[in-house]
Amino acid sequence: MKRLFCYFVIGLLGYWVIGLIGCAPKQTSKSGTTIMVWHWMTDRQNAFFELAKRYEAKTGVRVNFELYAPSDAYTQKVRAACQGNNLPDLFGILGEKRDFASFIKASHIADLTDYMLENNSSWKNVFFAKALEVNIFPEGNSYGIKPGIYGVPIDIMTIQMLYNKDLFKQLGLNPQQPPQTWEEFLNIGKKIKEARLQGMVSGWGELWMADCFANNYAFNLMGREKVLATIKGKIPYTDPDWIRVFSLVKEMQDAGVLYNGIVTMVNKTAEQLFANSKAVFAFNGSWCVNVYKGMNPDLNYAAILPPKVSEKHPMMIWGGAGSSFMVNAKSKNKEEAIKFLSWFTDKEQQAYLAKETNNLPANKESLANIPEILAQFAKAMDSTTHPSTWGISEFPAVIEAFDKGIQSIIIAEKTPQQVAQEVQKIKERELAKKR
Amino acid sequence: MKIKSSLENYLFIMPALLIFSIFYIYPFLKVFQLSLYEWDGILPTKIFVGLGNFKEVFFGDKIWWQSMLNASWITVIALTFQNALAFLLALACDREIRMKNFYRVIFFIPPVLSEVVVGLVWQWILDGNYGILNSWLVKLGSPQLVRNWLSDPQTALNCVAIVHSWKGFGWGFLIFLAGLQTIPRELYEAGRVDGANAWQMFKSITLPLMIPVTVLVAILTILGTMQAFVLIIAMTGGGPAYHTQVPVLRILASMRGSSRFGYACAQGISFGLVLVTISFIQYRFSQRAKA
Amino acid sequence: MKSSAYYKTKRVTLNLLIHLFLISVAISCLFPLLWMVGSSLKTQQTIFSDLSLVPKQMHWENYYLAWKEGGFGRYFLNSIFYTVSVVIGIVIVSSLAAFAFSRFEFRGKNAIFYMFMAAMMIPIPGSFIPLYVLLNKLHLRNTQLGYILCMINVGLSTSIFLLKTFFDKTPRELEDAARIDGCSKLGIWWHVALPLAKPVLAVVVVFNALAVWNEYILALIIFDSRHLMPLQVALTTFQGEFITQYPLLMAGLTIAAIPIILVYLAMQKYIIKGVTVGAIVG
Repeated sequence: MKRLFCYFVIGLLGYWVIGLIGCAPKQTSKSGTTIMVWHWMTDRQNAFFELAKRYEAKTGVRVNFELYAPSDAYTQKVRAACQGNNLPDLFGILGEKRDFASFIKASHIADLTDYMLENNSSWKNVFFAKALEVNIFPEGNSYGIKPGIYGVPIDIMTIQMLYNKDLFKQLGLNPQQPPQTWEEFLNIGKKIKEARLQGMVSGWGELWMADCFANNYAFNLMGREKVLATIKGKIPYTDPDWIRVFSLVKEMQDAGVLYNGIVTMVNKTAEQLFANSKAVFAFNGSWCVNVYKGMNPDLNYAAILPPKVSEKHPMMIWGGAGSSFMVNAKSKNKEEAIKFLSWFTDKEQQAYLAKETNNLPANKESLANIPEILAQFAKAMDSTTHPSTWGISEFPAVIEAFDKGIQSIIIAEKTPQQVAQEVQKIKERELAKKR
Repeated sequence: MKIKSSLENYLFIMPALLIFSIFYIYPFLKVFQLSLYEWDGILPTKIFVGLGNFKEVFFGDKIWWQSMLNASWITVIALTFQNALAFLLALACDREIRMKNFYRVIFFIPPVLSEVVVGLVWQWILDGNYGILNSWLVKLGSPQLVRNWLSDPQTALNCVAIVHSWKGFGWGFLIFLAGLQTIPRELYEAGRVDGANAWQMFKSITLPLMIPVTVLVAILTILGTMQAFVLIIAMTGGGPAYHTQVPVLRILASMRGSSRFGYACAQGISFGLVLVTISFIQYRFSQRAKA
Repeated sequence: MKSSAYYKTKRVTLNLLIHLFLISVAISCLFPLLWMVGSSLKTQQTIFSDLSLVPKQMHWENYYLAWKEGGFGRYFLNSIFYTVSVVIGIVIVSSLAAFAFSRFEFRGKNAIFYMFMAAMMIPIPGSFIPLYVLLNKLHLRNTQLGYILCMINVGLSTSIFLLKTFFDKTPRELEDAARIDGCSKLGIWWHVALPLAKPVLAVVVVFNALAVWNEYILALIIFDSRHLMPLQVALTTFQGEFITQYPLLMAGLTIAAIPIILVYLAMQKYIIKGVTVGAIVG
């Protein structure tokens, strides 16, 4: 037994030594230039590999797509690499605009404005304006960043409400006539309760989705200007319009139009439930098309804007760039990386990517031949807005209180008024700290 | 001769000390240094705030202490329910009974399973609408007990605690079993010869000899359970509201959600101080009990 | 005087109750495992709609697909390499130190021991970034050695604590006998202390093996090169940003669980054998 152990140890040491010697990363290609790309999009790895192959065949430049999933781990890796100055040539930044701004201030991100504006803005113009907006820091932005374009979108997405047509029929509703107004939406709740079905699913356990939903209705109720003014601190969260937003949540809960247990639901569970026809409604983003197709290709559903509660202002949904890539300002291969990005977001490549991954392309010209359901998502692009395009961010502590407050309302622990007051208290505390 | 002997002593702890200094002490000092700043983790510039972060953690962060309370409650359940279960099972398996080996393997499956699987399975069991638990309750004739286990503010934390204990008892079981195995069989033989019954032997032989192991398991349980978070993310995401929020989740939220790395470091160190205090009180208590 | 029938019934009932207790706990432990294996044989479409534990159609090809798509071959070997290296490293380093803390007297002993204990109690959730920068400076980033050393450190305090507790409990007669026979301190450690501590060493092995085998975030941050990654990172291939390929994920998790169960099976034998007290008497 002991001898076996000794052999094993020797074998291990041998393997180790070989491993250490042969450890130099083999990254340089034949032509000498390799572009390193770090991403988190597991579902697109194969499509990325294929496109990288095509690029290498065309130009001889090798492109290495390295996948680090899930997105939380990816974020940590990028931040660690940022400290060690080991960032790759191309990478994406997940998170708030605020963090994006910090990366730029730390001189890690290249300013792409000039490249975008070359040749009469030929590169800039291929994109949907809203997709690019997420990567733009406008004049007078509150982050103190020199105005410009700092990232490139590779797809677009919108977050909307979905409904199951078959379940509608079961409830005695016309599947071609989804609810257009808030009252209609709430009335369906009664039918859902009677039929012992379940209402809307969404990843509200993950906070940001609840935030998105409430924010959509805030835009509908009080309009963009007032919402932005609230973030700037000029209007309190105890304003009657905001209390109305919180009350909407209570109305949904009382009407029975929410899935029982939505407060702790992660989005993956929500998707799985809707795909298996366990819920009448869902609130999810356009990426869900691919997910549902995989779990239940026969799912009969459609996408709509959330039913309006007011006619005064338009209903706005969150949308814009799905994922974007940024260029490392300190990269030795900066020019090559930018050239690659330009090819990558060209019509043909975007069409390929969209088709392979069932997502919406960021390139306007690549939109032909998308499935009907995706077209419904794309149609709503005009009604989209996105926090990254507002030029200002709300304090994270306030957002957390806001979202947790919504959860508290659903479990009937707090009233809308109480939540509004608490959120405002935290807002004032944060404003005081800033001064 | 004396010097050589002393040096030899130090040589024994040298490798451990070396690795420890490089990979723990240095990062620890760095984290401590960072906790004195307001920093978002990305910018090259930091703002020195001294003990301001600590002041905020101790006096200004209500949610932090809520999360501590939650973690403490889960730990209490683990110390009682989980370890009692582990001890009883170890006792049962220490005897000469059939299928001993089978049980020993089965009980260690929960710790081996990945949190992903455990989270998914228990979510499915505890689901409010389609879960197995609720359908059994209805079948057994108690439909009034049916509830949304993981979303109901009153049951969420307890459910999470129980699932956590279920996943963790395998460790206590293992260590208790190892401890029971090192009690010399001769002592039991002698006890039986003296006419003692099972309960008396348990009280005067097993229990006293198992005290150091029990303390060990208790300390490991406290440390492990207070730092739990992966299962909680998988099952409730820390909700509803703040009902299943735990300290490590708060630290992660500060690091990533609010991008306040310095504050997260301060939270981490405060957390460590609380754990050290609890553990030392317990250790001293056990030393005194032994003597 | 109670009759022997009374004692017999009492014993039978007691045994029955104990068995019932054991079996019910065992079922609760087996259930998720069976669910995981059962799910790995289903398809993405039936995994949540088909609620049976044993699917009618068993898709064994999921295992082959998981192995291929996840590139398991390389990562599996890597994980085994890291786990074995770290476990051997920790067993040697921590048992040396624990032996010293338990048996020797030297200046600063208590202080240093308490320092190790404190480390066990003060986790540093934010320590990835300083660790990363440190490894970078030492040119150990993206190397196997760097990862192994980090993981040795992770399990060090707990292992030392476990071993010292058991060394304290172990009678010293054997060691005294060996010393009288002229054995060096190292000799005593290797020939007497370690063999006696087999049960707790088994616990240390299992504990650290599990920790390293399941670890993935440190690996993800330290390693850039794909071919150095451990198995857990490969598993994330199935947990997509948008789509989780559940059956493949379950197949992958099942494959990943097997080696650890084997390690446990091997180690638990030592926990059973325990201390052969006969050595002292006979």
